[in-house]
Amino acid sequence: MTQPKQIKVNAIKNGTVIDHIESGKAIKVLDILKLDGSQTVMIGINLHSKKLGSKDLIKIENKELTSDEVNSIALISPDASVTIIKDYNVAKKIQLQIPEYIEELIQCPNPKCITNIEKISSKFKLTADADVSVRCVYCEKKYRIDDVKVHT
Amino acid sequence: MNNLISMRDLTKEEIMLFMETAAKIEKGELNPNMERKLAALMFYEPSTRTHFSFATAMKKLGGQTITMRGTQNSSVQKGESFADTLQTLAQYADIIVLRTGIEGSARYAAEVVDIPVVNAGDGANQHPTQALLDLYSIIKTQGTLENLNIGVAGDLRFGRTVHSLVYSLSEFNPKFKFISPSFLQMPSYIKDDLVSQNIEFEELQEIDQKIEELDVLYVTRVQRERFADPEEYEKAKSSYILRRSMLAGVKDNFRVMHPLPRVDEISTDVDDTPYAYYFQQAKNGVYTRQAIYAVLLGGLK
Ligand SMILES: [Zn+2]
Repeated sequence: MTQPKQIKVNAIKNGTVIDHIESGKAIKVLDILKLDGSQTVMIGINLHSKKLGSKDLIKIENKELTSDEVNSIALISPDASVTIIKDYNVAKKIQLQIPEYIEELIQCPNPKCITNIEKISSKFKLTADADVSVRCVYCEKKYRIDDVKVHT
Repeated sequence: MNNLISMRDLTKEEIMLFMETAAKIEKGELNPNMERKLAALMFYEPSTRTHFSFATAMKKLGGQTITMRGTQNSSVQKGESFADTLQTLAQYADIIVLRTGIEGSARYAAEVVDIPVVNAGDGANQHPTQALLDLYSIIKTQGTLENLNIGVAGDLRFGRTVHSLVYSLSEFNPKFKFISPSFLQMPSYIKDDLVSQNIEFEELQEIDQKIEELDVLYVTRVQRERFADPEEYEKAKSSYILRRSMLAGVKDNFRVMHPLPRVDEISTDVDDTPYAYYFQQAKNGVYTRQAIYAVLLGGLK
């Protein structure tokens, strides 16, 4: 018996769909996207997902986000999928990549780092190493991406 | 080059430019004129030797220095005033030399002011002028930086100086021997970097082990505070003391270096052997810092 497909979040005609967000992280994701507030945004939290059990979902109407705009989502929910919708159809899928340069989003874990002493925003660069790591531009300490806190 | 903040920023060519400039200044082939230049030495952390060396270097070039001292809990830690202090000094001076305990301060300073900034040590992070003077000492005694056998002994875990040295030599295909108590070994992130660069190294427990293979032995202090148990310290200490009797089989070009001050990790009976190089090393620090002023303040012509 097939279950009728339930649409809890309305389909959008044009815009961006961010799906498979780790459950509970949609608000954080929305926060780092820094939208200007003019778009219609639909958010689903703890939706049923075959793949993940549960997931969050964000739909942004009439706004095509670019890779640069969405890549920082990889810091919060690396397995999220980003799709651009045009006329109700998938026009493009964006593969999330950790940004090469990350400003403000990460707090440097080093208590002796100047970014934790002066009021200046943190800056990190992605390293070329195989383990996904970032290096603080100031104190030069390297951290695995899983070990740093993303603040929003 | 506008600033000297970290060895990470320097290419091999830039390192060699500092080496060649220091050599020319030492031989009298280059006499940069800094008569109208003023260096602001901002020392938030006491370091008499480093301060002397920077002040001497500027004076030998005919320039002037002013010194601003602060304690660790003064302006650097009170928010905006660090930026303000920098801005103010930048109105008077041509170059800022900054020593602090707070990591990343020099990078930040370089963003704030538009005159050159030299990092004279920022906590456990970087001390590039020390690294350059160490490299200059190595090139002077060995004739090259390439393909050398370098022993590094002492506190390899917390030693900023040895980290910078190992990091900067990595560009020159070295072979390393790391000599330390097991709990003060080179941190794994540095060893991982060496492995990924295919640089050979081995870890040893006794200072004279394989000493006959070395071109340079760089000795640093093992601090008593690092040991939980004072008895452990006394026991371990003797494994890291270099004595004259250990030098019987060393190569002719072998040299012992030390960033100074030493406590007792190099026995004084080594001082009058041809292998002792630590006092000349301090002198090389002045040539190196003269070269740094010259490169950053346009004194190469
Ligand atoms: Zn940092």
